[in-house]
Amino acid sequence: MHTEPATTPLSAPLVVGFDYTRSLGPVLGRFMSGLRDGRVLGSRSSDGRIHVPPLEYDPLTHAPVTTLVEVRPVGTVVSWTWSYRPLDGQPLSRPFGWALIRLDGADTTLLHAVDAGGPERMRTGLRVRVRWAADRVGHIRDIECFEPSGDASAAPAAGPPATADGEVTMMTTPIRLNYRHTASTEESRYLRALAEGRLLGQRCPVCRKVYVPPRVCPADGVPPTDEVVVLADRGTITTFCVVNVPFAGQRLDPPYVVGQVLLDGADIALQSLILGCPADEVRMGMRVAAVWRPREQWSTTPDNIAHFRPTGEPDAPYESYADQL
Amino acid sequence: MTDVAIIGFAQSRSRPEAGTTSGVETLVPVFAQALSDAGLSRREVDFWCSGSSDYLAGRAFSFVNAVDAIGAYPPICESHVEMDAAWALYEAYVKILAGEAETALVYGFGKSSAGELRRVLALQLDPYVAAPLWPDSVSVAALQARLGVEAGMFSERDMAEVAARSRRDAAGNPYAQLSGETTADELLTAPYLADPLRVHDCAPVSDGAAAVVLAAGDRARRHRERPAWITGIAHRVDPPGLGERDLTAVASAAAAAAAAGLAGDLDAVELHAPFTHQELLLRAALELPGGVRINPSGGVLCGNPMFSAGLSRIGAAAERVMSGRARRVAGHATSGPALQQNLVCVMEA
Amino acid sequence: MKRAAVLGTGQTHHRTRRTDVSMAGLCREAIDRALADAATDWSQIDAVVLGKAPDLFEGVMMPELFLAQSIGAAGRPLLRVHTAGSVGGATAIVATSLVRAGVHRRVLAVAFEKQSESNAMWALSIQPPFTAQLGAGAGGYFAPHIRAYIRRFDVPAHVGALVAVKDRRNGALNPYAHLRQSGITVESVRESPMLWDPVRYDETCPSSDGACAVVIADQAAAEASDRPVAWIRATAMRTEPTSFAGKDHVNPRAGAEAAAALWRAAGITDPLDEIDVAELYVPFSWFEPMWLENLGFAEPGHGWKLTESGETRIGGRLPVNPSGGVLCSNPIGASGLLRFAESAMQVMGRAGEHQVPGAGTAVGHAYGGGSQFFSMWVVGSEPDHRAK
Repeated sequence: MHTEPATTPLSAPLVVGFDYTRSLGPVLGRFMSGLRDGRVLGSRSSDGRIHVPPLEYDPLTHAPVTTLVEVRPVGTVVSWTWSYRPLDGQPLSRPFGWALIRLDGADTTLLHAVDAGGPERMRTGLRVRVRWAADRVGHIRDIECFEPSGDASAAPAAGPPATADGEVTMMTTPIRLNYRHTASTEESRYLRALAEGRLLGQRCPVCRKVYVPPRVCPADGVPPTDEVVVLADRGTITTFCVVNVPFAGQRLDPPYVVGQVLLDGADIALQSLILGCPADEVRMGMRVAAVWRPREQWSTTPDNIAHFRPTGEPDAPYESYADQL
Repeated sequence: MTDVAIIGFAQSRSRPEAGTTSGVETLVPVFAQALSDAGLSRREVDFWCSGSSDYLAGRAFSFVNAVDAIGAYPPICESHVEMDAAWALYEAYVKILAGEAETALVYGFGKSSAGELRRVLALQLDPYVAAPLWPDSVSVAALQARLGVEAGMFSERDMAEVAARSRRDAAGNPYAQLSGETTADELLTAPYLADPLRVHDCAPVSDGAAAVVLAAGDRARRHRERPAWITGIAHRVDPPGLGERDLTAVASAAAAAAAAGLAGDLDAVELHAPFTHQELLLRAALELPGGVRINPSGGVLCGNPMFSAGLSRIGAAAERVMSGRARRVAGHATSGPALQQNLVCVMEA
Repeated sequence: MKRAAVLGTGQTHHRTRRTDVSMAGLCREAIDRALADAATDWSQIDAVVLGKAPDLFEGVMMPELFLAQSIGAAGRPLLRVHTAGSVGGATAIVATSLVRAGVHRRVLAVAFEKQSESNAMWALSIQPPFTAQLGAGAGGYFAPHIRAYIRRFDVPAHVGALVAVKDRRNGALNPYAHLRQSGITVESVRESPMLWDPVRYDETCPSSDGACAVVIADQAAAEASDRPVAWIRATAMRTEPTSFAGKDHVNPRAGAEAAAALWRAAGITDPLDEIDVAELYVPFSWFEPMWLENLGFAEPGHGWKLTESGETRIGGRLPVNPSGGVLCSNPIGASGLLRFAESAMQVMGRAGEHQVPGAGTAVGHAYGGGSQFFSMWVVGSEPDHRAK
């Protein structure tokens, strides 16, 4: 046991991305179908107001909306701002205006982009018209953006839709976000030791249990002591499951075993892959040792340990790990 | 009716980038300080309630990790809202009122810097007709600000005055991220970030956490010489469509204030206004008298740790009562795009 | 403490993909049924509490904000609860506290999940940096603990299949259930593919779109109801960490302490004797015997005997999940509220074909995270004492 110096926390990128598939239901389905067909529809509420974008339920009676009416694809800017540096996913990649636009025939405003060239061309009261996207599929982005319409009040022409079969029922929305994930000081120390082929634990000052990876003791809510416990890279399988099911993002062909490995000297098990014997030979209590990847592949990740394999030692008695289950 | 009071408050310093994504390491000392402020031990807390967001951390069930900071074994009575922790405080208040707990610790946390905050917040908008365009939170706020300016409610100078006053006041707040002596004239020379908003009009991106301790009646009196008694707390939400509501009226804030009994003399009010114009809109909606002291802490324009900032407004206001500097105060919290959801908490000595 | 009661419940037809509705439409299907069942109109609703599991499932940050108008919350107080898998139960409990505290007279609790907007396996397996890339999948977390249960008490291998058969056949009696399999047998379950050994395909819950809503009201509103109500006799919530040195994953202390507090508050001394029906959160069939022990219906090691003896079937001593439970429908965020709603339906006598005759006292149960968040309630046809 010894003390290692405190380390600066490690951080790394995390990308969260998925193409969400949204079912639309009757009102939004008709609205999106309209956009595909080059028409803008609004919902009529019980007080006679026309809402664009449409509401699915009446704001006064709460009843489902049934009436949709067409409004003109030309309207007036009610408020605006200017986007000097557009962000990923926004309607235009060059600077543009955001605006709340009241379409002719509507009583509410729609949020969308205006391709005005510069902020000096934006103003409240500006008349704008829809610029339809070339390929329209039934999506809010079938409106590519709005553009100043000048004095002309002629409706913009919409080309034919990309697909025109029946009602639009679904829309796809890609969502991709970039994060930076930051580890704790203790976890960073653990990861840096892993990069040197060592497994570190740290002790809770209250319950004296050794946690690996080191962390705030979840039972006592206190950070570990500075004292570092170097752990063996071998231990006992407390329990496990055999993964037989294929699923998205899987990295191994089933069947394979994922086990809880209680390292000798630790008080909490690590989850790890168990290889080196047929899946049906893995047992609770089986003794296993870490199989490290080649040294040149080591970095600050638990993946430096490729898996654990049986050591051939006699199984640990059930009582020795029963309180870990 | 049970009386409920705030008897402790603690916060971490707001920083542009600090702490782990999980928040655990930030929360441990904040809990210790809040409990020490309240004179309560961890095991004396009957109910724990937190507010946070998975989308801030970029991970499902992100709040689960944070429970580790409590030391929740033996097990505890605990709940979580996916909202600013001001609403967790509301849940805890109700729990005490119902007689289901005598003491509670409420906490909020978030690492706003983990993602691109203004883009992440676009996902609060309607997922069919608005979010697919990725309208960022600053642009959405700017649309609201222009409506106020063009309606003659305030000017860009008024907005800059809010920023300058906030930064001056934050000089006395050791937890603030921004502070300093400046003038509206100086601030107005900066270029627009999103017209009519300049950088000083927008709260900074902040990481942090906060905790508030609540207690019922005699329990509060036993632990604190001068508890901040909650005389009214209420919250309301407005319709989501930016084009469906009067963005300058903030009806939900007005309704919450009426329900919380805000009217009357106030020594200080902490408003959760992440944009300068939102303070001006809230002052109007809450019908705050001209002389009332607004955001003596500097407010969120000087440090805006998402999901704990609203709770901190209530905590900071309560702190003025507990320390004897004020008799009657209010804390306000907001959530959602362009002040969609609002909570008002009125406290007295 | 003031009394509170369930006036009415509603739920959707749960399916793998409810592509016929939007998210608002899904919620409203449940809400409209609940309001009708409660004979309550919109003007009488004072506040809305919405529960849902991770926002990443639907790709909307705090979806209650965009849903506010559609679910009738605009202009009213709206709370959003998220306590992992236990959230549906926590949602009902928060709504109950609002009534018991005297803050509101009638609160609408609603919970939903529209898993088909993304893929739950994807959302749950987003791997933060610095963690091991294991690829165990959704069942990979719980299967080792089930193995530990089987080992600890030497439980016969067919018990999991017995639960699956019972719940799926019960589901066939429930018009809203996602899976309705009246022809399922122990043999067919045991022949179904082994997914996460020891858990087979037919022993796991489906992935569902669905919603559930409940109207909770104060004593005056409950007494004014023309139809039977479900009196909320006690609620309990407990939490412990996901993992810690010495955690009992088979019989988690948070669950046991929540149950003990629940029985105490409800004045129940012998739950097996005094509870007529239980809706327990059983996403993998093996959790039925585990929860029977955790909740105190049986001593540790004896839960499986209760299951094996057939006493948890409709008609048995303690019918468990007459609705078919999570094994038949699993809209994650709504699953807990469904358990709470189904327990209320039983004591109101409105459970239709899966009604347990004469049910006077019922328990609803939910859990979440790594067997660490527990929420429960006891409802009865009478406000305080069990009248049988």
